[in-house]
Amino acid sequence: MKNKYIKFLSAPYIIWALIFIIVPLLMVFYYGFTDKSGAFTISNITAIATHEHSKALWLALYLSLISTAICILLAYPLAMILSHIGENAGANKDKYMVFIFILPMWMNFLLRTIAWQTLLENDGVINSFLNLLHLPALRIINTPAAIVFGMVYNFLPFMVLPLVNALNKIDINVINAARDLGANSVQTFLRIILPLSLPGLISGITMVFIPSLTTFIVSDLLGGSKILLIGNVIEQEFTQYSNWNLGSGLSIVLMIFIIVSIVLSTIFDKDMEGTAI
Amino acid sequence: MMKFIKKFYLVIIFIFLYAPMVTLIVFSFNNTKSRAKWGGFTFKWYAGLFNDSSIIQALINTLTIALLSSLIATLIGTIAALAMNNMKKLSKNILMGVTNIPMLNAEIVTGISLMLLFIFFKYRFGYVTILLAHITFNIPYVILSVAPRLKTLNPNIYEAALDLGANPFKAFFKVVFPDIMPGILSGFLMCFTMSIDDFIITHFTKGAGVDTLSTKIYAQVKKGIDPKMYALSTLIFVTVLVLLILVNYTPNKEKQRKPKGEKAK
Repeated sequence: MKNKYIKFLSAPYIIWALIFIIVPLLMVFYYGFTDKSGAFTISNITAIATHEHSKALWLALYLSLISTAICILLAYPLAMILSHIGENAGANKDKYMVFIFILPMWMNFLLRTIAWQTLLENDGVINSFLNLLHLPALRIINTPAAIVFGMVYNFLPFMVLPLVNALNKIDINVINAARDLGANSVQTFLRIILPLSLPGLISGITMVFIPSLTTFIVSDLLGGSKILLIGNVIEQEFTQYSNWNLGSGLSIVLMIFIIVSIVLSTIFDKDMEGTAI
Repeated sequence: MMKFIKKFYLVIIFIFLYAPMVTLIVFSFNNTKSRAKWGGFTFKWYAGLFNDSSIIQALINTLTIALLSSLIATLIGTIAALAMNNMKKLSKNILMGVTNIPMLNAEIVTGISLMLLFIFFKYRFGYVTILLAHITFNIPYVILSVAPRLKTLNPNIYEAALDLGANPFKAFFKVVFPDIMPGILSGFLMCFTMSIDDFIITHFTKGAGVDTLSTKIYAQVKKGIDPKMYALSTLIFVTVLVLLILVNYTPNKEKQRKPKGEKAK
């Protein structure tokens, strides 16, 4: 389908992307590097160094790294089961995927998180259940642990989907060959499956890490609105204090972390088309 | 034994993912407003739902924004994917990079960047700004789901259609279009789902007085969620569940038409 005129069909999208992707990003930089009167300043960027802001940033980094690690541990076995590497391959797996990951999205994500709020409450359903079994109660609501819990819950699908995609791309014969040549299952995993699924793992990591790092909802709902992450700080600057300059400046700092993680991911994953979703 | 562990693990994950759904469904039948106590079984939230004009309005906004933004994004995205398939590698890569920005960037940054755009150009916040924002974050889903289909397309069949006398337009709709249709369809469905579930970007691009279900729920968080919201989301959930079961369990004829590429979604 080679036709030299077809490429001009991209014009509507290029215009759209310019207006709604490129220009808005430039706006963030414009507001981030100016003060209220429009004069150039870097004080919005250096504001990250204040105790309140840097604490929110480090806490966000810390919690999102933990939740990314938990997501990897939960998602890898799950992806192995759901991909064709799992032995009982069949059409059913596609159905599992849809039911496990797409269906929950139709119940509003705020409501899902609010439901966890109720379940995790000190006298909530989970603790009544633990009490029944004479187990110690969980006291995690309104703590950083609850925020990690909410992050894992909300972003786990973004780890599983790219992993399943990457695992499905592995030729099953390669694995069989490794087994024939005498590798045990641990060796097969470490030497064959893990390296070949690395692109999926890396894009999963960025897709869990970035939303976790920047969330303000999960911390709002499960952290009892006393624990501020960098996302909460930026959100408040925009919606409560209408301080767009400071909000933009902090967003630029946040973007540096995002860009670093994207650059890291493109180094490992050159063909982004396949595993981005 | 291994099989049992696998099943067990799937069940655990399933419970983890679905515990909130069950909780919300239980809330929707609870006769008290409190989420902590069970006050008996009731249908009153369901009955009250249809008389609550503000919730119905939010539902209409959510659905029309999802539908319009998905349709427009599918159109722009499909055309763009076709064009990108015919581009030189460099320009294609640049455009693909731009496409990845809304996918990879934090939603909060996408949200505030669009908010600043509308502030800068003094565009009034409201329904249209939400719609524009949703189209923007939806287009990449379409491109990323159509582009791989185009890549694997055999260019010779299009040429063959031309040789056999079809004009380019006809050749496209008779030969290329059916082949990429599954990609377009799954892109559209992805857009629709993402748009319905979006809160963060809507939060920053909405105007006073215009609400989607998400922003309405968020506004209620502090003063307590109206149980009618639980009823509404239960209805939506059950509808989608029934649709999914129908699509997945209709016999073979349907299945053949179902694209293999959709498994990624």
